[in-house]
Amino acid sequence: MIEMEALTKVFGGITAVSEVSLRVEQGDIFGLVGPDGAGKTTLLRMVCGLINPTSGRVTLFGGRQKKDAGNFGYMPQRFSLCGDLTVMENINFFGSLYKLDRKTVRERADEILELTKLSQFKSRFAEDLSGGMKQKLALTCALVIRPGMLILDEPTFGVDPEFRKEFWKILYMLNRDGMTIFVSTPYMDEADLCKKVALLDRGKIVAVGTPDQLKKQIKNKIIEIKADVKDLDFLGELPEVDDASFYGDRYHVSVPVVEPAKISISRLLSEKGIAISFMEEITPSMEDVFVSLTEKEVV
Amino acid sequence: MDNAVITTRELTRTFGSFTAVNKISIEVGQGEIYGFLGPNGSGKSTTIRMLCGILEPTSGSGTVLGYDLAREAEKIKRKIGYMSQKFSLYDDLTVYENLDFYAGLYSIPHRERKKRIGEMIDMALLKGREDELAANLSGGWKQRLALGCAIISRPSILFLDEPTSGVSPTSRRTFFKIIQRLANENTTVMVTTHFMDEAERCYRIAFISEGKLIADDTPENLKNNVIKGTLAEVVHPNALYIIDDIEKLPYVKECSNHGPVLHVLLESENAIQALNYYTGVEAKIIRPSLEDVFVSLAKQNRRQVS
Amino acid sequence: MSRILAILKKEFLQMRRDRLTLGMVFALPLFQLLLFGYAIQTEVKHIPTAVFDQSLSAESRDMMEAFSASGYFDVYYSTGGYAEITNMIDSGRAKVGIIFPPDFSENLKKGDTATVQVLVDASDSMSSSTAIATANAIGLLKSQKIFIQKAQLTNLPYDIRVRPWYNPDGITAYYMVPAILGIIVTMTMVMMTAVAIVRERERGTLEQLMVTPIRSFELMIGKIVPYIGLGYLQITVALLVGALVFHVPIRGSLLELYVLTLFFITASLGLGILISNIAKNQMQAFQMSFFVLLPSIMLSGFLFPREAMPLVIQYIGDIIPLTYYLVIIRGIVLKGIGFPYLVSQVAALLVFSVVLVTLSIIKFKKKIA
Repeated sequence: MIEMEALTKVFGGITAVSEVSLRVEQGDIFGLVGPDGAGKTTLLRMVCGLINPTSGRVTLFGGRQKKDAGNFGYMPQRFSLCGDLTVMENINFFGSLYKLDRKTVRERADEILELTKLSQFKSRFAEDLSGGMKQKLALTCALVIRPGMLILDEPTFGVDPEFRKEFWKILYMLNRDGMTIFVSTPYMDEADLCKKVALLDRGKIVAVGTPDQLKKQIKNKIIEIKADVKDLDFLGELPEVDDASFYGDRYHVSVPVVEPAKISISRLLSEKGIAISFMEEITPSMEDVFVSLTEKEVV
Repeated sequence: MDNAVITTRELTRTFGSFTAVNKISIEVGQGEIYGFLGPNGSGKSTTIRMLCGILEPTSGSGTVLGYDLAREAEKIKRKIGYMSQKFSLYDDLTVYENLDFYAGLYSIPHRERKKRIGEMIDMALLKGREDELAANLSGGWKQRLALGCAIISRPSILFLDEPTSGVSPTSRRTFFKIIQRLANENTTVMVTTHFMDEAERCYRIAFISEGKLIADDTPENLKNNVIKGTLAEVVHPNALYIIDDIEKLPYVKECSNHGPVLHVLLESENAIQALNYYTGVEAKIIRPSLEDVFVSLAKQNRRQVS
Repeated sequence: MSRILAILKKEFLQMRRDRLTLGMVFALPLFQLLLFGYAIQTEVKHIPTAVFDQSLSAESRDMMEAFSASGYFDVYYSTGGYAEITNMIDSGRAKVGIIFPPDFSENLKKGDTATVQVLVDASDSMSSSTAIATANAIGLLKSQKIFIQKAQLTNLPYDIRVRPWYNPDGITAYYMVPAILGIIVTMTMVMMTAVAIVRERERGTLEQLMVTPIRSFELMIGKIVPYIGLGYLQITVALLVGALVFHVPIRGSLLELYVLTLFFITASLGLGILISNIAKNQMQAFQMSFFVLLPSIMLSGFLFPREAMPLVIQYIGDIIPLTYYLVIIRGIVLKGIGFPYLVSQVAALLVFSVVLVTLSIIKFKKKIA
């Protein structure tokens, strides 16, 4: 569906995206994951044809329908709707940009609003919607053209966890009906929801693969510790430990070899009189993956 | 509370006919990291702005460090630090100039200023970038510079309004380590966040929804007390497709996904067999996480409202 | 004090880095002066004129000569009929039509009154009044000459000797350049400070300032003072252009001019900062600035003499700082007068400064809503 070959974008001496080659296949939920300033938005804009790459090439749909924007829906990063129009007026306006007639728009809108649970807010002004609902309205607008592919730029940025869950559920529903989804996100837990993930850091692809593949890629093991104190930063100073960092109410400790590390951690904590209620090796999370792949460079 | 540095009594703020903050009463002890959680637009920022003395309460009262919110706002401002999600820095000033500017606003004497700015630069890991324009910094650095500006006056209370949105996980961790250190040095920190793992770092959490305080307790107590029923974890290949169906089962109270894993709240432990039979996979009983608590509280409140 | 210094330093740094704005501060007086200094001429000369001479005599040609020699009438067309003249004036190709009747020369020789008809397009009052006055004067002068000959007099009974002081040659630029300088300064100062507070509001940095211990007056003073320097820079550029390009003589004391200008700059800055405190966004600030600046141009005596305005309008002009500054700068530059003659104007500007800045300080609340 999308093929990127050595895509590069330079803005006045600063390389925002550097030689990115990726393939998004039909039926994928492909996640582009990375922090702010990693180059996610620039990459997506190049894919959508909104900006021209400095070098490299992007091909959509095998090059057959390259310039036709009607074949994919795009949801830009920030709220891009008219605040002083109602939900339905926004949808109609969007439909009219693609020259859809009113009746078609209305039929499709009813269907999509049902899915996004916005049906009861049809006549509410867009600016009076909450953050999550605004994002869902933006999604509805992008869907009105019935695209075969959806490109979303940080659709859940700054939205609370409950709305994020709901939003992803909708994406899954759409994907089940055959839609290809290419989505960017700064949230590591959302990376776990993608069928395929590309980790982007400062313009470069750090890793690509399914979440499971990526988790196997990291060499270090992760030990999760729960103790009766919250600050265990000092564990990072043990020679057996590469990195220690809080993870919710637990600590994740990155180690090359599990058993000797466990022994010296137990010893150190008992010396300090800290009780351990849990200490096990666990499957790394996507956040562990990201941190281990980028840790030493990014502060 | 004996060592309370922030207390509010029925603090309320309305904008026209809209009640942004509705009779919120809280107490924050000295040296605590106090987390403020809630959906977007629930009134978190409005509350923090009132506590910082830049927004007048419509009714109710409150004190910060013993000073009255309504009458002694200016006295409060001398002793607090505030950082908003916008990282309000001057893009056209350098790292050093930004810090120097705030040092001047807090009247830090010249003899001490250099030393204090140096401390902030060390703290924010900005060494070697002192002469770079703030505009050229990326997310994590901007965030820590904004923090440096907010704490250069060594405030007794630090208010952080979504300080970690949009920065990398690594920067988030670094940031919270700094916050933890400040708290260890007896700075009180009040922070709003959407990240549950950050919420776990708080000593106490207030959960607000639609302007109302729904829960206010330690993370441990919240996890133990809020969720009524048995929480089961289901790992299923089609997890996100079956959420709605599972939620319709008679013995299921709630169902949501945590990443690709489902968390199913059951009426009782006995229902687990039925669930296993339905999904075809083995469910595991787990302790609720804060995220479960958050989702559950948000849903409960929405049900009550509608 | 440390807080004011902090704001001052920050504003200076920001100003220095904002190359475009800085460039404007210099370019504005340069280009505006060059443009308007040449363009604005209150004296109308070279009025396109059409003639229908039915007399075709030495006398009519002599009269025509007198019209041309005055410099006010440029005789472009000689026409063959009344209708043609009407047509030329209607179409705007000529603004004045001069018609000599067939008996013009005979009447003159007979000693009767010889009529010349002068048609004037009075839709433009400025050029028409000049045309009318000049035509009358030419008629009178010509008549005088004949009277003197006939009465065999050597000189006229009355001699009114007019001495145009300060600008004897009536050079418009002398009068306009100092005034344009005033306009430029007030424009720049108001615009710059009008966005000073709103800009920070829009960027979100104002919220950060509000939680610091800074006081309202410290912020206002800190925001105003750096622009005073900028105002002086601008005035220096403008005076140099005035002196070097337009050769405007500066008759009074330059030092005095600089000192008294301070009050005008602060009044303008005060106006700007007040706008900035009222406006909700930069767009509004700009609109309000224009709302204030247009009357400054029209009612201050910059373009039209205030004496000619209805009393009510004059009162409105009284609440515009530029009105007073024009008196000061024209007084010092052209008339060479000093402070003792300008006390009331300086006092007015001082009152403006104090009132505007005080209002701003009161208006600025360290609250979001």
